[in-house]
Amino acid sequence: MNRFILAAAVLASLAPLALAQEGTKPEADDSAALFASPSVLTQKTGAGIYGAVCAGCHMPEGQGAVGAGAYPALADNPTLEFPEYPIHIIVHGQAAMPPLGSVLDDEQIAAVVEYIRTHFGNDYAEPVTAEMVAGAR
Amino acid sequence: MDNEEVQPTRREFLSMVGAVGGAALMYQAMAMMGIAKASPYAGPIELGQAPEGTRVIILGAGLAGMVAAMELRDAGYAVEVLEYREKAGGRCWTLRSGDSYEELGGAVQQVDFAEGNYFNPGPWRIPYNHFGVLDYCSRLGVELEPFIQVNNNAYLHSTKAFDGKPVRFREINTDYRGHIAELLAKVTDQGALDEMVSEEDKALLLTSLRSFGALDEQNAYVSSTSASGRRGYERPPGGGVDGSPIPNEPIDLSTILQSNLWRNIAAGESLNTSMPMFQPRGGMDMIAQAMERNVGDLIRYRKKVTAITQDENGVSVTFEDLENGGASETVTADYCVCTIPFSILSQIEHNFSSQLSNVINSMYYASSIKVGLEFNRRFWEEDEHIYGGITYTDLPISMISYPSNDFFQKKPGVLLGAYSWGATSYQFNALPPEERVAKALEYGAQIHPQYNEEFKTGVSVAWHRVPWVLGCYGQWQDKEAQYQDAVAMDRRVVMAGEHLSYLPAWMEGAILSSLDAIKRLHDVATNG
Repeated sequence: MNRFILAAAVLASLAPLALAQEGTKPEADDSAALFASPSVLTQKTGAGIYGAVCAGCHMPEGQGAVGAGAYPALADNPTLEFPEYPIHIIVHGQAAMPPLGSVLDDEQIAAVVEYIRTHFGNDYAEPVTAEMVAGAR
Repeated sequence: MDNEEVQPTRREFLSMVGAVGGAALMYQAMAMMGIAKASPYAGPIELGQAPEGTRVIILGAGLAGMVAAMELRDAGYAVEVLEYREKAGGRCWTLRSGDSYEELGGAVQQVDFAEGNYFNPGPWRIPYNHFGVLDYCSRLGVELEPFIQVNNNAYLHSTKAFDGKPVRFREINTDYRGHIAELLAKVTDQGALDEMVSEEDKALLLTSLRSFGALDEQNAYVSSTSASGRRGYERPPGGGVDGSPIPNEPIDLSTILQSNLWRNIAAGESLNTSMPMFQPRGGMDMIAQAMERNVGDLIRYRKKVTAITQDENGVSVTFEDLENGGASETVTADYCVCTIPFSILSQIEHNFSSQLSNVINSMYYASSIKVGLEFNRRFWEEDEHIYGGITYTDLPISMISYPSNDFFQKKPGVLLGAYSWGATSYQFNALPPEERVAKALEYGAQIHPQYNEEFKTGVSVAWHRVPWVLGCYGQWQDKEAQYQDAVAMDRRVVMAGEHLSYLPAWMEGAILSSLDAIKRLHDVATNG
């Protein structure tokens, strides 16, 4: 491999980690670390949890999907303004959506709610904490 | 209400049945009450005659919908069925060569199996005691063949035991039984059971343990021809010079306990999974196809229901006609059987009772994933002498099920290469189909290295991505509290499907639910 490209690739792969050290939550996508436990999800980052669970129905870009019924889009979704709403739905489920409170812990739910509220065209900067999730259980 | 108080409790009733009628009647009564879990199907339904000109609209052409359509039509109702898909059957579904399946998200899988090979993404086996399914198969001429659920020569496998190598089911099963029989014989001999077991019964217990556990005359479980007669030999019995068998060595108890492989020993002993089981020859949807041949002229395909409303005069159902650019159309009827999964129904406008609405809005659908893998050669038969049955593993694929058809044929075969639930299934669901297949291959190759050489093609169905059901089967937030609210007929509409049964996810549950629903509908239609 071209040495320059290799160096760039290495830098690119390190960049999310560097950001993570400065911010409060790691940004790296650990969704590829699959199946570490048979009973719970083990991904830690918002991007990782989103990619390993949520994207299955709400789709990789949060665009949702439509068949005989629909999975709502998370992209540009004003119902995400208050974090309590997605927290409650993730913990307890809603209609066809299963409750995920038993496969995700408080930190994981906080991380993924923060992720969907700051991605896919959503821009709600208020941090989401594990304590908020604990309060919704 | 007062009447209920003088009725016997369930326990009193059953004791009474047992005293009067003996064990067989007792069992039958328990089965009827759902305790022993055999199907309470009591033969073909006899509704009687429909009131002149009574119309019933049925929503959904899965098994529940088609059973309702057949029986109501035969009773003289004017029946119409609306179905979202281009074909009938619902989750009673088979993928074959030439089929194309588009899941939510847009990924399309072209099924490229060899002629005659197939994969059942949904139901894949019929218990012998699911009398409703079996009776409809019989009445509709669906040919059934054995489904091999239990195969002692399949494997038990753990990544954390026996260096990650699979062990034959027969070895774990025989050794586990042998060791526990020996332990029980020891404590019996030591007098530990004296207060619980009479002298006479102790002698019988020891005799039975020798038989149950393949113990020797000293009640020990050791290398012997009787143990090897079950678990396998170092050198099996043959003919001629080297004909005499050489027994092999059992695995010690601690190793078996630590391996956790005992977990799946009883997998084939529940009423729903014990031998004999059956499958339709050629794929599970042979049942759906047979029903569709019977009742297909009543089904209108590719109609997406958008609203269901009822008043004192009847039921109106509005749908988008996908055959006609999504044009909106409304049909009316006197009554409605709604088999639409609650995952979909919760998104459809309706004016059902608040109790029913609450259940519809709170039922979520389970995540489940299956992968079908086709191999050029039936290596599990040719190399490993596994003819049907199931290998259980702690890998994310959970199991490998070998085909129960086309034994010994020199042609490609299709395995169920993954069948997973829960957290594992969520993660499979988030992968594109080809990566699910790749993962199933990667994991399965740890049990069968031949995977790498022989793989031909694969297909996967993640049930949360199935556009017309959004999950595998209905799960209740609180079944005990909600069940009667959901099954009760709501004026002119009654719900039916596997989700409204105590055999959830089984075809029998869908059929029993439907038969019970139309019986009550008919009662309302004839008696008001």
